[in-house]
Amino acid sequence: MSEARPARPGLYYPKLPATWWLRRPGYVRFMLREVTCVFVAIFLVELLVIVYKIGQGPQVYADMVAKLQSPGWIVFHVVALAFALYHTITWFQATGVIQVVRVGDRQVPPPLVVAGNYVAWVVVSLFILYWLLVRS
Amino acid sequence: MTEETITLEVTRYRPGHDTEPRTESFSVPYRKDWVVLDALNHIKDRVDGSLTYRWSCRMGVCGSCGMMVNGVPKLTCSAFLRDYHPGPIRVEPLANFPVIRDLVVALDDFLEKLRRVKPWLIRETEKPVSEGEYRQSPAQLEAYKQFSMCINCMLCYAACPVYGLAPAFVGPAAIALAYRYNLDSRDEGYRVREPILSDSVGVWECTFVGECSVVCPKGVDPAAAIQRSKVAGAKDWAMSVLMPWGGRK
Repeated sequence: MSEARPARPGLYYPKLPATWWLRRPGYVRFMLREVTCVFVAIFLVELLVIVYKIGQGPQVYADMVAKLQSPGWIVFHVVALAFALYHTITWFQATGVIQVVRVGDRQVPPPLVVAGNYVAWVVVSLFILYWLLVRS
Repeated sequence: MTEETITLEVTRYRPGHDTEPRTESFSVPYRKDWVVLDALNHIKDRVDGSLTYRWSCRMGVCGSCGMMVNGVPKLTCSAFLRDYHPGPIRVEPLANFPVIRDLVVALDDFLEKLRRVKPWLIRETEKPVSEGEYRQSPAQLEAYKQFSMCINCMLCYAACPVYGLAPAFVGPAAIALAYRYNLDSRDEGYRVREPILSDSVGVWECTFVGECSVVCPKGVDPAAAIQRSKVAGAKDWAMSVLMPWGGRK
């Protein structure tokens, strides 16, 4: 964070309280978007542990899978999925604001840019599903 | 029949007397066609002449009458009492700015930042007047027009928690205006503005809360200007690394 500005005498300098993010719904949504990274990071660590366990043999991996079926882990995965979806949707929304796409002289309307993300998401997801369920 | 009234809870601060702002309640006539500024003018004319606030055009153009109305940055000349009925309506000075007196905030920090981004046309060499004006096509005008609608009302700064937490941040309106001139086909000042925009207190200080664009009364979308400046700056840096002999814009 940057340095404080020099104070002029006679002026009242308001301070933002630690609860500033509760003042407006937009601030709360922003903080939720920031918090998503915590859940995504925990899930990525979990994924790395799973890959490591696979390398240690079928029995170790089966024990790991059994552990992940506990109610606590299931709740975590549901919450992590909700945050990951929230992050994805807000990220897609943001591309409509950030990315200017031009065709010739005309700018592609931002909703179409956002829609392009969703189409790409569906196509990639279907390809992965096909690859996992049909090919393997 | 008694006239219907609405209560305004107005922030008062007298330099030299008060150590911090306090709230004073005023009962004003409730008229459906009155805006908050009309109610403040009524208080100043009929109740307490010492109430201090800024206003000028009264038609949403000059940007002088920006205040917090029920916690939201608003131009008080376009905030109708009927939208807050039955009240009370809380009127405070613009958030994140130092308060001079009552509802008047200090502008100098914003004006210094505005000057810093050089919001005017910069040419490497000026052509003589005899050669005529700089011509521009409708498409070239359209490229920056949205960002030229800023009226410097500073509502975006009041909505920006980053500016509240880190006052050195150049901020939404100044960056939107810098971006507006960078997009202008007549301008050649990108290189001059780049160090200001890519500074640690420039575009990279923004965490994309996005509320600056929500409160803008002119639909300028400063958040878009900042994020697009980030993309432009990142591309520019990448090109300077990949093609140091002249890949930059």
